[in-house]
Amino acid sequence: MSFDIVVDNIALYLDGALTTLALLLISLLLGLALAIPLALLRSLQGSWISRLIWVYTYIFRGTPMLVQLFLIYYGLAQFEAVRESIFWQLLSSAWFCVCLSFTLNTCAYTTEIIAGSIRALPAGEIEAAQAIGMSRSVMFRRIVLPSALRRALPAYSNEAIFMLHGTALASIVTILDLTGAARQVNATHYIPFEAFITAALFYFLLTLILVGLFHKAEARWLKPLLPR
Amino acid sequence: MLHGFLPSLLEGAAVTLSLALAALAVAILLGLAGAMAKLSSWRWARGLALIYTTLIRGVPDLLLMLLIFYGGQVGLNALALSVGHEDYIDINPYAAGVLTIGFIFGAYLTEAFRGAFLALPPGQAEAGLALGMSPRQIAWRITWPQMFRHALPGLANNWLVLIKSTAIVSVIGLSDLMTRGQQAAGTTREPFVFYLAVALIYLGFTSVSELIFAQLQKRLSTGVSQGRL
Repeated sequence: MSFDIVVDNIALYLDGALTTLALLLISLLLGLALAIPLALLRSLQGSWISRLIWVYTYIFRGTPMLVQLFLIYYGLAQFEAVRESIFWQLLSSAWFCVCLSFTLNTCAYTTEIIAGSIRALPAGEIEAAQAIGMSRSVMFRRIVLPSALRRALPAYSNEAIFMLHGTALASIVTILDLTGAARQVNATHYIPFEAFITAALFYFLLTLILVGLFHKAEARWLKPLLPR
Repeated sequence: MLHGFLPSLLEGAAVTLSLALAALAVAILLGLAGAMAKLSSWRWARGLALIYTTLIRGVPDLLLMLLIFYGGQVGLNALALSVGHEDYIDINPYAAGVLTIGFIFGAYLTEAFRGAFLALPPGQAEAGLALGMSPRQIAWRITWPQMFRHALPGLANNWLVLIKSTAIVSVIGLSDLMTRGQQAAGTTREPFVFYLAVALIYLGFTSVSELIFAQLQKRLSTGVSQGRL
């Protein structure tokens, strides 16, 4: 094995790593921002809106993200109405479709994670809020969300790592992320071991950083809540 | 509605299902071996299992598949050449898919099985020992059947992730459900219809799996009292 060619192409890998990071951050942040209100509505048990959100999360959690990406990127182009609409500029770009499908996918999982931790909230916390006469919106803002989001951290860290690995799918629709860079190096120089192992090392490093960050976040926000 | 592509999609679905089941079998074997290694008293076995689970869980499944498929191709041919075999060997994408996905999920199942073994009270195995059972009898009659009840939720989750991640084998050219959908979408120029059909078939697989696992959980929990809040 010789890594000379990889070293010559290291700029390609670094660009790819930046692209992977950008995809990850965009989809995680947008997904989380959407998931918080959806999770609150989802936890209103028995309402039609909760059921509607369940249908959305059930479909997105029950199908592969690759199929979702293809439905949005290739599928929507089937309709002339879409091609002639003002959104076509966006929907014909691979970048936009990748971000859209990743966001919708992680949002579905995140919604269920947060809704689950709202459901598992100790009853005493909610009773205490009601006992001192908090209105519903104040209770959600000060009691329910801070507590539920902290408790959701361990499950959410898994979702974030799955999402990091999921971003590799972007390379299938021609985006030059880390996997895309490795595929290009392999296609040009035919050195599969070196090309893919280098990308694997980058992913491994990113995973370690992500795990470290979530450890820090848990130590800061979750530990104080747990029984000692 | 599907322009006669339904049989082709169903054939693809059968390939996907058989690939997923074969990969699950590989993953369960590797997971059991991994869990035993992690719980064993041999230091090198624990170290090896730790490296396996850490490395695999840190790298995307698509990348691992590309590495094993393309890298394996080169490695195998170099090896064959060195022993004097000069014909070019092609790796079968089905075998590459089963091995890669089984290898990946073996790492996740290692953790599920390890947790399940640890969830068993040590008194269970000790009781078997006190009755004069051999280690094999204890494993076969006492610890393993009970371990599976604890491992089932993790196994169910991993199976659902596994069957969805089989979609990536289409990248290495296996004629699975995803590939059949792509072919039909290309021929008919109706990608939305066919990718939707593919999505619905996957949704069917995951929904039926959830029902089966719920039944299995009920069965394995017979005789176990559950605390109520």
